[in-house]
Amino acid sequence: MTSTNTMIEVENLNKQFGSVQAVKNASFQIQKGEVLGFLGPNGAGKTTTMRIITCFIPATTGKIRIDGLDIHEHDLEVRKKIGYLPENAPLYNDMTVDEYMRFVAEIRGLSGDALDSRIKEMYLVCGLAKMSQRQIGKLSKGYRQRVGLAQAMIHNPDILILDEPMSGLDPNQIVEIRQLIKRLGEKITVIYCSHILSEVSATCSRILIINNGSIVASGTPAELTAKAGSGKRYFMTVQADRNALESNLPQVEGVTNLTLNETGGGWFEAAVFLDTEQEIGDKLFKCAVDNGWTLSELKRETASLEDVFTRLTRGE
Amino acid sequence: MQNISAIFKKEFKAYFLSPIAYVYITVYLVVTNFLFFQGFFLINQADMRGYFGLLPWVFLFFIPAVTMRSWAEEKKLKTMELLLTWPVRDVEVVVGKFLASFAFLAIIIVLSVTIPVTIAILGNPDFGPIIGSYLGSLLMGGAYIAIGLWVSSLTENQIVAFILGVVVTFVLFIIGNPFVTMAIKQPLLVSLFSYLGLGNHFESIGRGVMDSRDIVYYLSVIGFFLFLNVRSIESRKWE
Repeated sequence: MTSTNTMIEVENLNKQFGSVQAVKNASFQIQKGEVLGFLGPNGAGKTTTMRIITCFIPATTGKIRIDGLDIHEHDLEVRKKIGYLPENAPLYNDMTVDEYMRFVAEIRGLSGDALDSRIKEMYLVCGLAKMSQRQIGKLSKGYRQRVGLAQAMIHNPDILILDEPMSGLDPNQIVEIRQLIKRLGEKITVIYCSHILSEVSATCSRILIINNGSIVASGTPAELTAKAGSGKRYFMTVQADRNALESNLPQVEGVTNLTLNETGGGWFEAAVFLDTEQEIGDKLFKCAVDNGWTLSELKRETASLEDVFTRLTRGE
Repeated sequence: MQNISAIFKKEFKAYFLSPIAYVYITVYLVVTNFLFFQGFFLINQADMRGYFGLLPWVFLFFIPAVTMRSWAEEKKLKTMELLLTWPVRDVEVVVGKFLASFAFLAIIIVLSVTIPVTIAILGNPDFGPIIGSYLGSLLMGGAYIAIGLWVSSLTENQIVAFILGVVVTFVLFIIGNPFVTMAIKQPLLVSLFSYLGLGNHFESIGRGVMDSRDIVYYLSVIGFFLFLNVRSIESRKWE
């Protein structure tokens, strides 16, 4: 069942905290070299799922295989393959960046020249060279996040798991980290948890949406947008008499409702609501022509990923 | 082994990264020296019995202060989540932390050799009991540390860890004290309590008699509380 390209395989994962079921029967697969966006509102079960995959806590039921290894039986080997940046980058504030990186590198089994060169490389990749002697507690949020990333990548992991890596970063840093993730995604598997959709759609090749502990959607950003279908609204900008609009537009087949917004000079912005998936642009146009209205804009609303997300996570 | 040594180095250095370590060392040395030399010249005897008699009481407050941070801070800053997803076993982390606190204690104990040196200058002490007591204080200190670390793993608040540490070590210490054992009528309980008391074995080691039972006692206390520590770290998995 597992193809050789599958990096992470999650089967019927359940996690129960007392009476709360944080993860419900989640199953998904992640391929090698995929950048997966793990998306969901706060409290949906993202972090819990990541904690289970990283072997911090066990699942209540369900199976997870990483690179073919069961995470329960091959706990230590699995951990060696994973680099993890938890939410808010928890680091030891008393240490300097250099002391911290040396500590992590040792835990990761590096020593001697390999240790030094890996740390140098990480400083280069994450832009930390100037900060190496600074105390972590005194770093800005952006630099802390970079130290967290450097820590997660020091051992060349096969899988990089990032939980809300962009929180607290300024727009420039976001662009930088985004590029870094994209570059990494060419070689390794990246799981990127976030509740901000635009971030994920800009970086990830595939998106999983989780809500209330269940996986509610999965696919490429384009697929998800397509799945949501186009919107059920037309927008028109038209110059006409209000009464004429109000009496004639609802006559068009498929139109259920209409809102008008007068913008001055006899111009109206009309939102036309439909009850069908059908294209009625031609009918609306014909209606305008027949009534002698001046039409300057006619377009159907396109559903964005935001809509998909909102629809799926609000249970609509 | 590399894991334990990495954790040990990190934890040990952590003591000296903030001024806390120096404050601890100074306070410890000043307090113990003061309390000891206060009576020393009155009694006018060249031995350290008075000094080692104080230690179980001083450790009661001193060691929970040394260990309170160890796990509570990891929990509070959530660094534990990262630490325990690295390829280390829970037991390696526990042992590494224990050894680091123990090494810190050992340094302080070594720094207190100014006292026997002073006594040797002033008089002619019997070094047998002194050396025995130094070994005993390492063993007893190790037991206190194991208890303090376990308590620290139960909370994310350092102050709670400190107070709880004092309470737990105090209870374990006082049950063996004549104060309690003389109040109990049951002979079986008396011998049990005085065996379990944290201070009694230290006293018998201090008499200069190295009895394997005393050493085994302290090593078992250390082992037992380190085991509890591992379990309490694992408890995240049982929720």
